Amino acid sequence: MQPAASSPAPAIDAPGFSTSRFRAEREGDWIAFDKLLTKLEKKGAKGLGSDELLQLPLLYRATLSSLSIARATSLDKAMLDHLEALSMRGYFLVYGVRESRMSRLARFLRYDWPAAVRAVWKETLVIALVMLLGVLTSWSLVAGNPEWYYNFVQEELSGGRDPRASVEFLRSTLGHGGEDGEAQSGLHVFATYLFTHNSRVSIMSFALGFAFAVPTMMLEYYQGISLGAMLAVFAGKGLGVDFGGWLFIHGTTELFAAVLSGAAGLRIGTAVVFPGARTRLQAASDAGRTAGKVMVGVILMLLVAGLLEGFGRQLITGTAMRYGIGTLMLSFWLAYYYIPRREDVA
Amino acid sequence: MTRTAADSYARLRAVRASKIRQFVTPEGVDLELKIASAGLRLGALTIDLMLILAVLIAFTLAMIWIGVSSGSDLSLMIWMLGAFVLRTFWFIGFELGARAATPGKRLMKIRVVARDGGRLTADAVVARNLIRELELFLPLMMVGTGAVEDMVSGWTATAGVLWSLTLSLFLLFNRDRMRMGDLIAGTWVVMAERAKLDADIAGAAVADAIAFSAAELSVYGIFELQELERVLRSREPRAMREVADAIRGKIGRPVAEEDDVFLLSYYRQLKARLERDLLFGKRREDKYASDG
Repeated sequence: MQPAASSPAPAIDAPGFSTSRFRAEREGDWIAFDKLLTKLEKKGAKGLGSDELLQLPLLYRATLSSLSIARATSLDKAMLDHLEALSMRGYFLVYGVRESRMSRLARFLRYDWPAAVRAVWKETLVIALVMLLGVLTSWSLVAGNPEWYYNFVQEELSGGRDPRASVEFLRSTLGHGGEDGEAQSGLHVFATYLFTHNSRVSIMSFALGFAFAVPTMMLEYYQGISLGAMLAVFAGKGLGVDFGGWLFIHGTTELFAAVLSGAAGLRIGTAVVFPGARTRLQAASDAGRTAGKVMVGVILMLLVAGLLEGFGRQLITGTAMRYGIGTLMLSFWLAYYYIPRREDVA
Repeated sequence: MTRTAADSYARLRAVRASKIRQFVTPEGVDLELKIASAGLRLGALTIDLMLILAVLIAFTLAMIWIGVSSGSDLSLMIWMLGAFVLRTFWFIGFELGARAATPGKRLMKIRVVARDGGRLTADAVVARNLIRELELFLPLMMVGTGAVEDMVSGWTATAGVLWSLTLSLFLLFNRDRMRMGDLIAGTWVVMAERAKLDADIAGAAVADAIAFSAAELSVYGIFELQELERVLRSREPRAMREVADAIRGKIGRPVAEEDDVFLLSYYRQLKARLERDLLFGKRREDKYASDG
């Protein structure tokens, strides 16, 4: 097998299989595949003609087969690197996109979102109870001694609504009586601030879940506490029913979303602590995917809540009407999430 | 001396191998993904944060201009919503695209991949990026509360910062370089370099090829061959001169030809020899391996 030292040169060009010949034969496929992938990345599957779509899997398989052969026979580093990079790019494009964005969105709205929320129903109940406990705690404390209020509610969030405020001022914050346009537009900004603030709190209470869910519970309890304190202040001035309406119109959506974000965090926390038969990593990533779906839903819900708060509440000032819309929204969410459907096998 | 050099070669290969993860496609080919290093991840994050800041500043100026000229505070509302969307959806939006990478990640040539080899789902992208909110801002928040409130002592604040830092720097403590968010979403960040298809230098005909004897070709292995390939492709005269002199010294040939002609012939014949051995199942990794 060793060539004679005197005449090595002809033996080099002569073998029936040479990597240069291999490359010369296959190169065309690689270049075509590269071009196709670039087009796919730029324009998406819609930008390809039907010929090109048929070519895609063929070229992909040809490239993978070239990679296998090259790894076994060739020492050309530049060619090996190119084939590896091309195969990897091809793999993620060929196997990555299986449906269009629209159908993915439709499936998410029709099935994935409510299914994910249904899957965390136990956690939802627990978090709702924790929040309720917070409301009851601060309610009883503030009702007994108004000074407690200042421990519970941040100054910037209360906007002057505290036990020292007069009944007239409190009533005016609820949107009754004649306000001038200046105050109205100020409320829009305040509502937007509340939306972004609430979203951030929700994201935090989800993200903190992996620390065994303890911070999540504390955060939700704290949210309940500030709510209960406000409730106690307004109820103490005889505005309880009006405040209820003011809160109810967007609160059913917003608080529901807050509870769901906590539930998503709790799901991750419990999966890490009690992974069951799966490995801890596997359990965490399973829980993470369910929780991720819930969180997309939570952000959408908070957007709806923001719209109800920013526009609905400013335009609708009748307390009965506010209760009506709040109840309607609550029953809509409950029906959307919890009415069983036919795909529900798992 | 040679022992230690051989050891360091072996160690270099072991380090490279420890970053490679098996990733078998349905066709049965192992794509050998390489885990992106912590430095690249930090670089990508820095670039992204700077881009977000730049967009935010431009957006803020535009909104101030609109707000001042129209005199309504609607622009303030749009600004708040826009900043929120920018901050929350920058990473999510880009990673949902076909290349699964933010601009920073693209520049660093890395991308996000589902750990189980399946496709990268939207919920995984959302989960890994909402956790980022916590990883980035919790240490800052801890510092903030520690500085503002006097009721926590310095030591408590330090403990809080350390605790949150272990979460943020979780990436450094596992060999797959997973963030907390990667762990929960079931994802990895891997290298996604693109290599150009360079010309086949072994195929190019050299007019007056020098013939080397088997003994002259048996001094080097695959590692040296690929280093030689790198030098040949870079076409740097000084590097080529150094390498050519080293090879001439090793095999005991006088300086008789142009460096590039000499190197190219040597490369072609060494490659042909090593590839032939490969076909017979012998893979000689470097010059320290025995030439059986």
